[in-house]
Amino acid sequence: MGRLTSENVELAREIIDRYPRSRSALIPLLHVAQEQDGWVSTEAMSHIAELLGLTPVEVLGTASFYGMFKREPVGRYVVSVCTNISCLLLGGEELLEHCEARLGVKAGATTPDGVFTLEDVECIAACTDAPCLQVNYRFFLNITHDEVDRLLDDLRAGRRDEEVPPHGTLTRVRPRVPAERWSGHGAEGLPVLPGQSR
Amino acid sequence: MAVSDAAPIISTRFDQTDAHTLDGYLRTGGYAALRKALAMTPDQVLEEVKAANLAGRGGAGFPAGAKWGFLPEDVFPRYFVVNGDESEPGTCKDRPLMERDPHQLIEGLLISCYAVGAAQAFIYVRGEMALAQERLAIALNGAYAAGYVGKDILGSGWSLDVVLHWGAGAYIVGEETALIESLEGQRGMPRLKPPYFPAAKGLYMQPTVVNNVETLSYIPWVLQHGGEAYAAIGTEKATGLRLFALSGHVRRPGVYEVEMGTTTFRDLVEAPVYGGGMRHGNALKAFIPGGASAPWLYPEQLDLGLDAGPVGAAGSMLGSGAVVIMDETTCAVRAAWRLVRFFAHESCGKCTPCREGGAWLEKIMRRILDGYGREEDLDLLLDVGDNISPGPFPHPASDGEDAVPFPFKQTTICPLGPSTVSPVYSSIWRFRDEYLVHIKEGGCHHG
Amino acid sequence: MAEADQKEKEEEKEKTTVTVTLDGQDIEAEPGELVIAAAERHGTYIPRFCYHPRMREVGMCRMCIVEIDSGRGPALQPACMAPVADGMKVDTESARTKKAQDGVLEFLLINHPLDCPVCDKGGECPLQDQTLAFGPGESRFVEEKRHFEKPIPISDLVYLDRERCVLCDRCTRFADEVAGDPLISFIDRGNHTQVNTFPDDPFASYFSGNTVQICPVGALLARPYRFRARPWDLDQVESTCTACSVGCRIAVQSSSNRLVRKLGVDVDPVNWGWLCDKGRFDFEAVGSDDRLGAPLVRAPGAEDLAEASWSQALAAAAEGITRARIRRGPESIAVLGGARGTNEDAYAWSKLARTLLGTDSVDAQMGDGLPAEAVVGLPRATIDAACAADTILLLGPDVKEELPVLYLRLREAVVERGATLVELSPVETGMTRYAEASLRYRPGEVTELVRALVDESAAVGDSERPGGLAPASAVREAAALLRRGSLVCLLGRPSLAEPAQPVVDAAGVLLDALPETTFLPVLRRGNVAGALDMGLAPGLLPGRIGLDQGRPWLAREWEALPGGRGLDAQGIITAAAEGRVGCLVLVGADPLADFPDRELARRALAGAGFVLAVDCFLTDSSRRADVVLPAAAFGEKSGTTTNIEGRVSRLHQKVTAPGTARADWMIAAELAFHLGGDLGFDSVDTIWDEIERLAPSHQGLTRARLASPEGFDGIVAGTVHDAETHGGPPSMAQTDSPGIQGALAHTKVDTLASSAMGTADKPDPSSGLAMQPPDPSGGGGGGTGTVAGRPAVLRWTPGPSAGGPPPLDRYSLRLVTSRRLYDDGTFVHHSPSLAPLAPGARLGVNPADLAPLGVGTGARVQVTSGRGRVVLEAVADPGVPQGSVALAWNQPGPGAADLIDVTLAVTEVRLETLSVPAPTSGRGSDA
Ligand SMILES: Cc1cc2nc3c(=O)[nH]c(=O)nc-3n(C[C@H](O)[C@H](O)[C@H](O)COP(=O)(O)O)c2cc1C
Ligand code: SF4
Ligand code: FES
Repeated sequence: MGRLTSENVELAREIIDRYPRSRSALIPLLHVAQEQDGWVSTEAMSHIAELLGLTPVEVLGTASFYGMFKREPVGRYVVSVCTNISCLLLGGEELLEHCEARLGVKAGATTPDGVFTLEDVECIAACTDAPCLQVNYRFFLNITHDEVDRLLDDLRAGRRDEEVPPHGTLTRVRPRVPAERWSGHGAEGLPVLPGQSR
Repeated sequence: MAVSDAAPIISTRFDQTDAHTLDGYLRTGGYAALRKALAMTPDQVLEEVKAANLAGRGGAGFPAGAKWGFLPEDVFPRYFVVNGDESEPGTCKDRPLMERDPHQLIEGLLISCYAVGAAQAFIYVRGEMALAQERLAIALNGAYAAGYVGKDILGSGWSLDVVLHWGAGAYIVGEETALIESLEGQRGMPRLKPPYFPAAKGLYMQPTVVNNVETLSYIPWVLQHGGEAYAAIGTEKATGLRLFALSGHVRRPGVYEVEMGTTTFRDLVEAPVYGGGMRHGNALKAFIPGGASAPWLYPEQLDLGLDAGPVGAAGSMLGSGAVVIMDETTCAVRAAWRLVRFFAHESCGKCTPCREGGAWLEKIMRRILDGYGREEDLDLLLDVGDNISPGPFPHPASDGEDAVPFPFKQTTICPLGPSTVSPVYSSIWRFRDEYLVHIKEGGCHHG
Repeated sequence: MAEADQKEKEEEKEKTTVTVTLDGQDIEAEPGELVIAAAERHGTYIPRFCYHPRMREVGMCRMCIVEIDSGRGPALQPACMAPVADGMKVDTESARTKKAQDGVLEFLLINHPLDCPVCDKGGECPLQDQTLAFGPGESRFVEEKRHFEKPIPISDLVYLDRERCVLCDRCTRFADEVAGDPLISFIDRGNHTQVNTFPDDPFASYFSGNTVQICPVGALLARPYRFRARPWDLDQVESTCTACSVGCRIAVQSSSNRLVRKLGVDVDPVNWGWLCDKGRFDFEAVGSDDRLGAPLVRAPGAEDLAEASWSQALAAAAEGITRARIRRGPESIAVLGGARGTNEDAYAWSKLARTLLGTDSVDAQMGDGLPAEAVVGLPRATIDAACAADTILLLGPDVKEELPVLYLRLREAVVERGATLVELSPVETGMTRYAEASLRYRPGEVTELVRALVDESAAVGDSERPGGLAPASAVREAAALLRRGSLVCLLGRPSLAEPAQPVVDAAGVLLDALPETTFLPVLRRGNVAGALDMGLAPGLLPGRIGLDQGRPWLAREWEALPGGRGLDAQGIITAAAEGRVGCLVLVGADPLADFPDRELARRALAGAGFVLAVDCFLTDSSRRADVVLPAAAFGEKSGTTTNIEGRVSRLHQKVTAPGTARADWMIAAELAFHLGGDLGFDSVDTIWDEIERLAPSHQGLTRARLASPEGFDGIVAGTVHDAETHGGPPSMAQTDSPGIQGALAHTKVDTLASSAMGTADKPDPSSGLAMQPPDPSGGGGGGTGTVAGRPAVLRWTPGPSAGGPPPLDRYSLRLVTSRRLYDDGTFVHHSPSLAPLAPGARLGVNPADLAPLGVGTGARVQVTSGRGRVVLEAVADPGVPQGSVALAWNQPGPGAADLIDVTLAVTEVRLETLSVPAPTSGRGSDA
C-alpha cells in the first residue's frame, strides 16, 4: 500500500504516453492510486510526483482540489446521497437521514466496520430520477427506503460484487489503444487530409 | 398546446441496449456521417455546421460553427476537448448520451476534429459517472480496433487519437478554461479572460475547441442531412432540437428531446409526452429554466418559448437545458439555500467575492433556516449578493444574442460567483414573506 | 545619441502611446500596459493584493476592480488584468467602483483574524491600511471565522499563519514561477483553500524569504524577524547587499541600533526586488555577540591575544610592518583580502599597500577566483545583456548556489523569454534542468571541450569525446547553439579542485573563435569586482589599468609605486609557507577556510613573520595573527560596492559598529599615520572623489551621479553616459509599502543595458604611449570623454594555453568541489538562522562508481589524495559523472581543502569503505 505497484507503474507509463504533456496524466494516475488502495496516500502522491517529474505538493495541490480523491481511508463502499435541488424536492434529505439511521453514522463518516462511508453530495446528474444515490459511483435511481435497506444488506453480504466493485475502481474497462493504431498526438499537429500521407 | 412532430435526432438509440457496441451502432447507421465527411474537404464540413446554426448545449449557447471559426489560422497543433463534466444541478442529459450512445458522440467528435484540423481529442468525462466511462471505453476500444479512430482512419490517410479522460469531482471544471487547466493536471481554476479564450490559447496554450457532449452528438445528423435541414427545425433564431432534463414536481420527469423555439415551458410541463402535468395536480410555484445557475422564473412566464432570446429578456437563461419544477409545497428558502450551498461548496476559491461571499451567503441562509435569522439579514443577503453580482434583479440580457450579458454583472472571473446569487435574489424577490416567516417564527409552513 | 535617431525614437513613441481617460483626465500609456500600472505611473494608486509587476497576473483578489469603459459602456473589471486601449475610460472613483472595492475588502476581512496588535505586519499592512481608510466601521459578519492552526513552520526560515492569508497566490506563484521551487501550493478548494507544503517536504528554497516580503498581509513570517520590531520603530536606508557579488539593491532596516531586516528593492537591471535567503538573513551575523569590538594584540612570546587600545594595536601593527620592511624589504610584505568591504575600503588598502607598504603582492581573491587581468580585461556583459542574449554559455560554478539572484534572472530569461542555455560543467548543477545542452567534462579538460565546440575546422569525430565525457553528437549540437546569435559567457571556476588556468584558456579559445562574445564573471565574494577594480590584485592599479601603464599616471598622486609585479594569493601563500613573507596582512581574509589548499595555508600562517588581521570576527586564520584590528561590517559603514557587471551602487550605514570597530578604509588611513604617512582622505566621500578622478574606468561616476535616481539602480563603471539632469536622490518612500515591493518610478534599463553591452572600452591606441599627468580639474564635472593622459583600461588577450589535459589515472576519481549557498563562511557561521542550513560535506559519487565498493548512500568512505585523507559520507548521485566525485566546498569540518594540492592540475582521489552501510533506500540509490 502506498507507492504504486510495478503493474500500476506500467499502467501509469501507458497513460502518461497518451498525453502530449505528462502532467495531464496527473488526475488519471491519482485514480490509479485510488483504485489500488481505495484512497490516495501521501506515499502514492510522492510516487506519482516522481513519475511525472513534479514536486509532491504539486500533486497534493491538484489532488485536494477534487472531491473524489480521498486522502484518508474510506469504506469499501462510499454511499453518496444526492440532496441537491431536484432530489431535495423529491425526498433526498429524507433519504440521507434514512441512510444515516440505517448505517448508524452521520454523513461524512465511515461505519466502524469500515464497510460504508456515507456522503451527502451535490448533484450527481440523475435529477430526472430523484431521489437517487450512488455506491462507488454506480447509480441507484428512484430509490425507496426499502430498496436502500436491501441494497445495503446486499452490499455488506457481498451479493452485489458484480455490480459494485470496491471503492476506487471506476471502470472495469480501460481504454486500450493497439500500438499500431496510435498515431501519436497528431505527429507535428498539422492536419493531414485524406489522400495525403504523413 | 403544440407538441412538435419533429422527429428526435440524438435520443433515438436511448432504448437500444447495445448501442454502445460497435455492432449495435453500425446496425443503426453509425459512422455513415463520418464516411461522408471524409469524402468532403474540412472546409465543406465546417460550412455545413455553420449553416446548421447549432447552438452550443453546454450553457452559453454559442453557435458551434462560429466558435470553430475563431481558431486562428495556421496555428498548430490544435486540440479538441469534449466537455462531459455535466454537474449543473438539474442537468442530466449528457450522461445518457455518453452511457447509451457513446459512438454517436465519438463520431460527432471525429467529424468536428476533421473540420477544424485538430491534432488530438480528449473526452473529459465527469469522474462520478462510472458507467459513462465504461461505455465510452468500450465504444472507443471498438472504434480503435475497427479503424474508426487512430491512425489512418478508414484508410483515408487522416489520423486522430481520442483520449478518454476522467474528472474527479469538481463542478467548476465544467467551465471550459477550468476544464483545460484540469486536463493539464492542474487545480481546476478558471483562467482569466481576456486574454485566454480557448480558441486562441487553450490546452497547452494552443488553439482549442471545447464543446459540450450534446452539441457534438448532433454533428453526425447535421452532416448526414445537411446544415440547412437542421436549421429548418425550430424557429429562425432557435434552431433544431435540444435535450431538456425535466425534473422536480411533474408527473413524468425525464430527458426529452424537443423542438426549440416552438415548444414552450408550458408544453414541457403539461404535454402528456413530456411532463404530463404537475405532480398531484399541485400549483406551480416557480421553476428554474436552465440549471441551478439560472435565475428562477414564475408561473406567469410558463408560456415563454424554449428560445434563448425571450428567456434572456425575462432575466434568466436556458443554460444547460435543465428545467426544475417547484410546486406550492416547496419551501423557497430551503430550495434557495440548497442551491447556495452547492455554489459555495463548488467555488474554486480563486476570486475573493465568490470564495468568501458564497460561503457567507450560505452561512446567513443556514442561520435563517435554523431559526436564527434577523430581519436585516435580508438586506444583508441582497447587499452581499450585490457585491458579487452588482446590479438590479432581474437583469434582462441587453440583447438575447449576447452570449455574455454586458456590462458584466460580476465582480468575479467566471459566472459561478454570480450563480450563487441567482437563487438568493430569485427567492427574496418573490418570496420575501416566506423568509419573514422563518425569521419571525423560527420555522417554515412547508413542513 | 544622434539627433536624428532621437527624433525617430520620439516619433516612434508618439505613434505607440495610447491615451486613456483616467478619472476624467487624459493620460498617456504604453500599449499593452495594464491599467493598474499606467494609473500608478500617473499617481493614482489602485488598491491591490494579488497583482505583482514581476509575476504573471492572476486577477484573483478582485481588489483592483474599477469601472472601465472600452466603448460599450462602463463595466467593472480588474485593473490588473485590463490592458490599456486608446479611448478607454477608467473610473477609479465612481460609486460602483467604490462599492465593489469595499465589498471585496469586506469579504477579505470576514475571515481575517483581528490580531493586528501581535502581527509583524501590523503598521505596514495594506489590508489594515485599506480597512482604516475605506473599510466599514463594524463587521456585518456575525458567524464563526475560518480556523487553522496558528503559525506553522513551512521551512527553517518561514512561518505561515493561514488564518491571516488572503489567498493572493503571490507566494505560490513566486515559488513556482520565479524561484522554480514549487514546494508550496494551494491545497483544498473554495472557502477551505489554504497554502501549505507537502507533509514533511518543507519549502526549502533558497528564495523562501521573498515570499515573506511579497505577502501583502502577515501570513508569512520570517523567523529571524518575527516579533523583533514594529514597523513604526523601524528606520531604514537604501543599500546594496554584499552577501555575494550580484549586488542586489536593498532597504536595510534597524530598530534600536540593531539590524532587523533586509528587503529587496526592485531595480530593473539587477534584482527585480528579489533576494536570496542568505542575503536576506545574514544580517544576524552583524549583530552577533561574537563580533570583535576591540583590537587584540599578542604580546611578544605570549600564547593568547589580549585586548588592547587602538593606539597600542596600531603601534604594534606599524612596528611589525616596519620591521619586515626594513629587515626583509617591502616585497616581503603581502596583503590578502579586501573583497568583502566597500570600494572605498579596497581603494584605501590598495593605496596603502602600493605606497606606504611598498608592495604589489596584494590579492583580494583567495586562489579561488579567476586571474584579475581576465576579470577586468575581458569584454564585459551586464546581467541584462546576458539575459537578453540569444545564447548564454555557462562555464563556471553552479550559479544557483553562488549567485542566487543571478540564477533567478537567468532562469527567467530561459523560461519566460526562451533564451538558450548551454552549460559546460563537471557535474550537474542547479541550472542543468534549464539548459538546452549541458555537457559534462572531466575535471581539467574543459579547454579541450571548448576547443571542440568552437573550432569549426576541427570536426569532431563520431568516436571522440572532447573533454573526456561528452559524446560527439552532443558536442556538435551544442556547437550549433553557440553560433545562433549573440553569445554571453558566464565565466568562473567550476571547481576549486583544479586551477583557474584551464577555464581562462577556454575563455581565450572562445574569444579567439567568436570575438563578439562578452563575459560576465561568476565570482562570489561580495565586492570582489570592486576590489579588483580598485587594484587589489598584483600588477593591477585602480581603474582597471596595468601597474606599468598606470605608473606615470598615478605616481603624481600616489608618489612611490612598487617597482615590479607582486605575487597573487597562491604565490603569497606559497612564499609565506616557505618563510619568505615578513609581514602578512589579512583584510577580512581567512585563508585557512577559503584557500583551496588548507595544508599550504596552514604552513603559510605558521611561516609568515608578522601577521596583521583586520576582521569582524576571530576566524581560524585571524586567531593566529599577532595583531587583530576590529572592522565594521555591512550596515555599519557607508560607501559603494561594485557587482560582477561592474555596476557601482551605494551602501549606507544604518547602525553603529560594536565597541570601537571601524571601517577598513579608516583602519588603513590610521595605519598610514602610524607608518608616518598620509593616504590623503578623511571620509568615504573624499575617497570616492579620488577614485573618480584617478581610476580611468570610473571617470564620470561622480558622487552626484551615484546619488541621483540614475544611481539608484547603480551605474556600470566604464560606461560613460552623457551627463543628464538628475533629479533629487530617490528616497525609500518610493518603494511602495516597504513590505510589498519597491516599485521605483524610474526605469531606464534599456539605456544601461544597451550601452553596457560589450563595454570593454576599446583602448585608444595612442594613450598607452603618451602618458600625461592627471588633469588637475579631476573628473568632477560628470566626466565625459577621455581626459588627456588617463591610461586606457586593460584589455585581456588570451595567452598561449597551458598544454593539453592532465594524464588520466584510471584507478582514481577526479574531485570536483564548488560552493553551496550555505557554507561555513564567516557570515553564515555567525547567523543562527542560517548556520544550520549548511548541508555538510558529503561526497557525491556516481552510483556506478559506488557499486564496486559494495556500498550505497549513507556509507562512510575514506577519501585519500596525494595531499590528505578525510572520512566522509557518500551519496549515490547520478548527476556526478563516472570517474568524478563531487564535494561541497567549505562545509563545517574536514573537506575538500584537505585534499587539494594547488600545484596539481587536477585532484585525484581514491575511495575506501569504512563501514558496511545500513540497507539503502530512497531515490538516490536506485537510479
Ligand atoms: C460554472 C460553469 C460550469 C459549467 N459546466 C459545464 C458542464 O458541466 N458541461 C458543459 O458542457 N459546459 C459547462 N459549462 C459551459 C462551458 O464553459 C462551455 O461554455 C461549454 O462547454 C462549451 O460547449 P458548447 O459550446 O458546446 O456549449 C459551464 C460553465 C460554467 C461557467
Ligand atoms: S467566480 Fe468562483 S468559481 Fe469562478 S473563478 Fe471565481 S472563485 Fe472560481
Ligand atoms: S490586484 Fe487585480 S485582481 Fe488582485
